[in-house]
Amino acid sequence: MSIVHEVPATPASASEPYGSAWSGFSGGPWQDHVDVRDFIQRNYTPYEGDATFLAGPTTRTTHVWDTVSAMFPAERARGVYDVDPHTPAGITAHAPGYIDRDAELIFGLQTDAPLKRAIMPNGGWRLVETSLATYGYGVDESVKETFTKYRKTHNEGVFDAYSPDVRAARRSHIVTGLPDAYGRGRIIGDYRRVALYGVDALIDAKRADKLSLDAQPFSEKVVREREEHAEQLRALGELKQMAASYGYDISRPATTARSAVQWLYFAYLGAVKEQNGAAMSLGRTSTFLDVYFQRDLSAGLITEEEAQELIDDFVIKLRIVRFLRTPEYDTLFSGDPTWVTETVGGMGDDERTLVTKTSFRYLQTLYNLGPAPEPNLTVFWSQDLPRGFKDFCAQVSIDTSALQYESDRQIRAAWGDDAAIACCVSPMAVGKQMQFFGARVNLAKALLYAINGGRDEVSGAQVMPAFPPVAAGRPLEYDDIRRRLDTTMDWLAATYVEALNVIHYMHDKYAYERLEMALHDRDVLRTMACGIAGLAVTADSLSAVKYARVMPLFDDRGVVVDYDVSGSFPVYGNDDDRADAIAVELVESFMDKIRRHPTYRDAVPTQSVLTITSNVVYGKATGNTPDGRRAGEPFSPGANPMNGRDTHGMLASALSVAKLPYREAQDGISLTSTVVPSGLGRTREEQVANLAGLLDASVGLDGYHMNVNVLNRATLEDAMEHPEDYPQLTIRVSGYAVNFVRLTREQQLDVLSRTFHGAL
Amino acid sequence: MTLLAPARTGPDVRSLQLAAMRSGELGSVHSWELVTAVDGPGTRLTVFLAGCPLRCLYCHNPDMLALEDGEPVTAEEILARVRRYLPVFRATGGGLTLSGGEVLMQPAFAARVLHGAKELGVHTTLDTSGYLGANLTDRMLADTDLILLDVKSGDPDTYRRVTGGELEPTLTFGRRLARVGLPDAGGYAPEVWVRFVLVPGLTDDAKNVERVAAYVDELNGIRPGTVTRVEVLPFHQMGRYKWAALGRTYALETTQPPSVELTERVRDQFRAHGLRTY
Repeated sequence: MSIVHEVPATPASASEPYGSAWSGFSGGPWQDHVDVRDFIQRNYTPYEGDATFLAGPTTRTTHVWDTVSAMFPAERARGVYDVDPHTPAGITAHAPGYIDRDAELIFGLQTDAPLKRAIMPNGGWRLVETSLATYGYGVDESVKETFTKYRKTHNEGVFDAYSPDVRAARRSHIVTGLPDAYGRGRIIGDYRRVALYGVDALIDAKRADKLSLDAQPFSEKVVREREEHAEQLRALGELKQMAASYGYDISRPATTARSAVQWLYFAYLGAVKEQNGAAMSLGRTSTFLDVYFQRDLSAGLITEEEAQELIDDFVIKLRIVRFLRTPEYDTLFSGDPTWVTETVGGMGDDERTLVTKTSFRYLQTLYNLGPAPEPNLTVFWSQDLPRGFKDFCAQVSIDTSALQYESDRQIRAAWGDDAAIACCVSPMAVGKQMQFFGARVNLAKALLYAINGGRDEVSGAQVMPAFPPVAAGRPLEYDDIRRRLDTTMDWLAATYVEALNVIHYMHDKYAYERLEMALHDRDVLRTMACGIAGLAVTADSLSAVKYARVMPLFDDRGVVVDYDVSGSFPVYGNDDDRADAIAVELVESFMDKIRRHPTYRDAVPTQSVLTITSNVVYGKATGNTPDGRRAGEPFSPGANPMNGRDTHGMLASALSVAKLPYREAQDGISLTSTVVPSGLGRTREEQVANLAGLLDASVGLDGYHMNVNVLNRATLEDAMEHPEDYPQLTIRVSGYAVNFVRLTREQQLDVLSRTFHGAL
Repeated sequence: MTLLAPARTGPDVRSLQLAAMRSGELGSVHSWELVTAVDGPGTRLTVFLAGCPLRCLYCHNPDMLALEDGEPVTAEEILARVRRYLPVFRATGGGLTLSGGEVLMQPAFAARVLHGAKELGVHTTLDTSGYLGANLTDRMLADTDLILLDVKSGDPDTYRRVTGGELEPTLTFGRRLARVGLPDAGGYAPEVWVRFVLVPGLTDDAKNVERVAAYVDELNGIRPGTVTRVEVLPFHQMGRYKWAALGRTYALETTQPPSVELTERVRDQFRAHGLRTY
């Protein structure tokens, strides 16, 4: 395809200051076909300096933020601020909405008012009905009739096709959190395309793609793709309409920094108006936008303060993305997260840093607006990052605990230098790749099934095909247990992939992400992201069996429900190969089993070791384990060692996790570390340098991810007692950030029980 | 660290072990940790050696006072870990710290580890009370970049009450550290951080603090720049549970940590001497 961009006949104006949208940009292949990365590489200005250039908040920024913040206490008290129960969501479903029309710089809300949530019934009607009931809203009968009588939902489709095995596994919580009643999310539209090319050029390109499909002979695949392209084209048309309702014509490219931010935001807004995905991530936008900021700053069109103001206003919008969800969902993913993940920093393939001044401006919002969990700011960390940026990141972490870090080297090697994180730790090449999100399975329960011949240790039900349980009166024997676990993992992998195939088949059919996929290439790499929970507890349990003496204790149902452990055993999280090797082997083994099964649309299977906050729910559903963990107690989050067992320091703990091979867990490995401020140094300078050093050391020894909290336990304890004093207290939890005061009490206690590293 | 399976050792093995401990190939190690911002600059591998000749009232590691409180570990095992963490030390400006217990209870072992680390180009730190400073050979001193010198009191009587031991050996050791760095001496000039544990009602007397500060001045008078930092460590009760677990009487059972005001008063006393104090 070719994108011909004409020079307008009209003279330069405020909206077209350069005569042509692309004036002053270095040309290249990006002008001939959609290639945002090429545009960035040819036009961006790496920034190697420090943070001293940044501007604070303007009174306008503070006014807009205060206006919307004033609504948060009511929202926190009720769970939602408001809901529109009458209007099924869509790109053009709602009239324009404003926080303060005269003061805003970047426009657009999901519905016609801030914090008012929309219903998104394509995912499933029951979820909508339950959510409305929870928050005291009645059901609109005509909408109900539509979605129960005339329009089938994703959720119905899935349950039509689930096999009995899948249902049993789901019921017994060995497979949990599946996106079978809510949107799968974890798809990042390349929202930058709308700013760079304008919607009309994207429509032309998609039409050409569709024509190429029209020419291919019939197959189910071809027809599906033709229909999807028709839907994508429809969505792009609606996107223009939605922008027009706010008074903007986004059919043509953005011409200024302000319009680039606005165009990009409209594209993202279209996605979150339509899809209630588990994670609705933004991508990697700061360095792209920086090209426009640089141009306007050089031309004297804006000042640094005005540049920061635009980013601040954009980020305010990102902070108030809301979805209507059920309490069950919240127990899995607490704190009302939306995972508006934005990837910042990193290095390019040509070894120039991808850090720009706008990367700094994004982080600066945490000062100008105060700390917040969203957008989920994610730094691609490399030892080669400029010193000024490293120091600023470390400083922001120490001040706000609102950043997470991922290994630039590992992600770039696998997915290139225009990759971004969806959700917490899942990397993908922007606009070229999407994933079928797969939640996770409970590995610790699989171990207990192995011991119990496939019976559930809580219900006693025979969940998987029966085999003899372990013998009574004899200690568990490692080789036997590992062999048994292999059997249950075989069954689990088969059942799990089966469930995911059904889910994603139905999601494509009934809740297709039209707009997000319209902002992708025609040929997309799909991954199927399978996940495991309970890695640490399983590894420690196997270590107990291997190095100590573990006697199984049966109840009167003949189910092993407890263990008598004598002797000591090494535990995962202390850079001790004896235990760590067990964890590594579990990850390799499960990935190997996942790979043996065919996947929907030939998706490439991947694995994640992350739990978000579901480590609490998984633990609750799991009986006593041979490592000494009691029934119902939480697992450690993500790939973290069990709370309190990593006794050799934060970095030793991180280095155990770093042994998990990324090539066998390409959907990401999550580690959350909490350190007390004094554990980083005596002075602020020392703390900044030491945290940057720790991150260098961690990625240098193959660490993939680190969520960093710099917190005192006392602060959290006080926040539990006086939530009203801490409306913005932000902490990192397994790949994302939450407002601490929005967690349930149970989850707050779980956070407090996690290992706090550092000397006092 | 892999253990040398002491449970299965016969008499021959035990005598071999003793010989290995004498030669410094084997040490009694309580534990190790990767720590940041304490025990020296950057992120450090701190190895806690078992055994201590003093019996400090406020000891927060009463579980490593005897040599038997550790596990037998070879110097080579420690050095293998040092090698693994070379990138960590490089990235953070850290290194190896030997602590305890009292490191100089096992001088041959410490010497071997320090020398091995130095050969790897690693920054080395020794955390010691100085009470057994005579055990530290000049060769070991040459392999040590930084000494964390615990001056537990400036007044000999208070020192005796706090530790059950004499102050003089520590003072002598410190002077040696200063002198060894003089141009006509050893050719190496170890850096010293002086540490002072502040216990209300025990070590907080202004005169006592003043004597420690005067001693630091004396060291810097011998060789300017010997002591680059003073750390006032507020007493804490984190070790109380260990005393209880060991069934030992803990004299400071009810002692409270010093107030912020008291801690700052003491720090200010050092600062008044022009010392960088935390």
